[in-house]
Amino acid sequence: MSKYIPFRTKKDHISFFFDKKSIKYTSVFVIVTLLLCLASTSLGQVLISPLEVIQILFGSGEGGNAYIVQILRLPRILIALFVGIGLAVSGAILQGMIRNPLASPDIIGITSGGSVAVVTFLTIFSDENDALTVSIHWQPVAAFIGAMVIGLIVYALSLKSGTTPIRLVLIGIGLATLMDALTNLFMILGPIYRAADANLWLTGSVYGTNWDQVKVIIPAIVGLVILALLIARRINVQELGDELASGVGSHIQRDRLLFIVVSTALAGVSVSVAGGIGFVGLMAPHIARRLVGASYGALIPISALIGGILVVGADLIGRTLFLPIEVPAGVFTATIGAPYFIYLLFKK
Amino acid sequence: MLFQSHMSKGFGLAFSFILMLVCMGLSVVLGYTDTTIGDAITAFTTNNTQENAYIVIRNHRLPRALIATCVGASLGVAGVLMQALTRNPLASPGIFGVNAGASFFVVLAVSFSQTLSLGMLSWVSFIGAAFAAGLVYFIGAIGKEGLTPVRLTLAGAAIAGLFSSFTQGILVLNEKALDEVLFWLAGSVQGRSMDDLVDIFPYILVAWVLAFLISRHINILTMGEDVATGLGQKTAWIKALAGIIVVLLAGGSVAIAGPIGFIGIVVPHFARSLVGYDQRWLIPYCGVLGAVLLTAADISARYVIMPEEVPVGIMTAIIGTPFFIYIARKGLKST
Repeated sequence: MSKYIPFRTKKDHISFFFDKKSIKYTSVFVIVTLLLCLASTSLGQVLISPLEVIQILFGSGEGGNAYIVQILRLPRILIALFVGIGLAVSGAILQGMIRNPLASPDIIGITSGGSVAVVTFLTIFSDENDALTVSIHWQPVAAFIGAMVIGLIVYALSLKSGTTPIRLVLIGIGLATLMDALTNLFMILGPIYRAADANLWLTGSVYGTNWDQVKVIIPAIVGLVILALLIARRINVQELGDELASGVGSHIQRDRLLFIVVSTALAGVSVSVAGGIGFVGLMAPHIARRLVGASYGALIPISALIGGILVVGADLIGRTLFLPIEVPAGVFTATIGAPYFIYLLFKK
Repeated sequence: MLFQSHMSKGFGLAFSFILMLVCMGLSVVLGYTDTTIGDAITAFTTNNTQENAYIVIRNHRLPRALIATCVGASLGVAGVLMQALTRNPLASPGIFGVNAGASFFVVLAVSFSQTLSLGMLSWVSFIGAAFAAGLVYFIGAIGKEGLTPVRLTLAGAAIAGLFSSFTQGILVLNEKALDEVLFWLAGSVQGRSMDDLVDIFPYILVAWVLAFLISRHINILTMGEDVATGLGQKTAWIKALAGIIVVLLAGGSVAIAGPIGFIGIVVPHFARSLVGYDQRWLIPYCGVLGAVLLTAADISARYVIMPEEVPVGIMTAIIGTPFFIYIARKGLKST
């Protein structure tokens, strides 16, 4: 019996191996994710029993608790889940393509691009009384545009008869530092009110999200993750290194642009709703790789689930641990992720 | 590399050193209060303590020029050592968790006690930097594989992420701390006194000298663990010593000036394009060029939004990025 189960479509357009171990892990993580989401819906300032939550989800609940579940908690948890998935898959693609374990959306400047766009947005559209002159709903749009623009600038600047991973990551770091500096500059020049406002976003939080955002983010993330699965095989090839990859007939440069676009879009969508939640894009793929190895067919779904669990868990801790104060989820993604990551470093 | 022979490398270093002195001189003379070179000379030769320009030069500009020089040199040397140690061209105090650790300790101290002086804060951040670096080293070294470059880098990224998110968390919960600390967090050499420098200077001086003394051993280490061991090097000792040097340099810099990014990462790449991979040349070059970059950045920081000042950490990024992109495009290799 082989360790792997091959999956192929006709003509091999899509093909990858499923590690049997990874099927086990995937099912375990799906269950953990569902249970965590259920727990997160139950817990909070108002405790609602999981049974009642399930009843409400199937439409039979009424009154205050139904309101809390349907309007306050559920959209927030869904956003957290999909933001986590988006960041994790984005990181998984980048790490495979750049072949540097440090690669993540935060490192190559995508998050910083979003940050600078948000702070600029808050600065430009504030009047003398620090009130916003346009709807706050434009803030995610600004973040998304900022993230995409920086992602593409990084790519464009690293072009020179094609691009190489090391050039991409170095230029990414350079631009990220520049963007962070500009963010800082805007925060220092602006009044303290705006700095505090921006700081919440910069830390990353799913506070105050609503169904409108859910309706945007879920289709976007689902679509992009499916696309990521379709190109997974080519990421495997790139991990062999440029020479081998082109040797086996891979269009390295074309693929690389595709990876950048997909992973920037994933991170861009995620930061646009939730701000600069760090660590997920870096950690989730590493944790996944330690569990199931580096084959991308398995790595992408496992990374996605771990990313989702990280952010949902971080948000749950953030809104329950220090009641009545809310701590942004971004604080706890690192608090959960880093120790586990360190444990994995020890173990292996 | 630009300089091939020892002779040209020596001339290059001498020229960079003169450039550094010129930058220091300009840093003393230029700024919001209009002064001339004549004023600067008189300020140090007379006993006139009343004239405003002399006070500015003696009490503000000179400490500032010296601090920028020392911090820039330290960051440059710390960066090149880290890149050699981790064999990762992306390594720098920022990525290694040192800045994040120091920032976290400072933010924590400020939010618990409002009365800390700047001098005490610099000790807090020194301890924070050393703590974070020690933690990274410990985590990287323990376990079966031992201290490999990849593990060290990963541990650094983990600790950096952990501390910076703690910092963000405190800032979100405590807006008052935010107000006071935001400027420090951006990195600045403004408003520091000579005392701040004098406290930390012995440590960084020792670190500079040690860095130069072990440069030959670092050369061997960068050939790879196996080669180095084969040549009879006690690699664990060299790595530990290099680690301590990095902590002293990066920790000292953060203590005086806050987390200034970019110099530690950009200067080594630039220096390598000048003199190649020999650490005996690289380390002094990185020191001098780091000092030049930070002093120049500090001077320009005074003019951008006059009469206000931009924190120099922001200027290093704005000045450094185009350079960095140029170097990255030109092509480079690690260590």
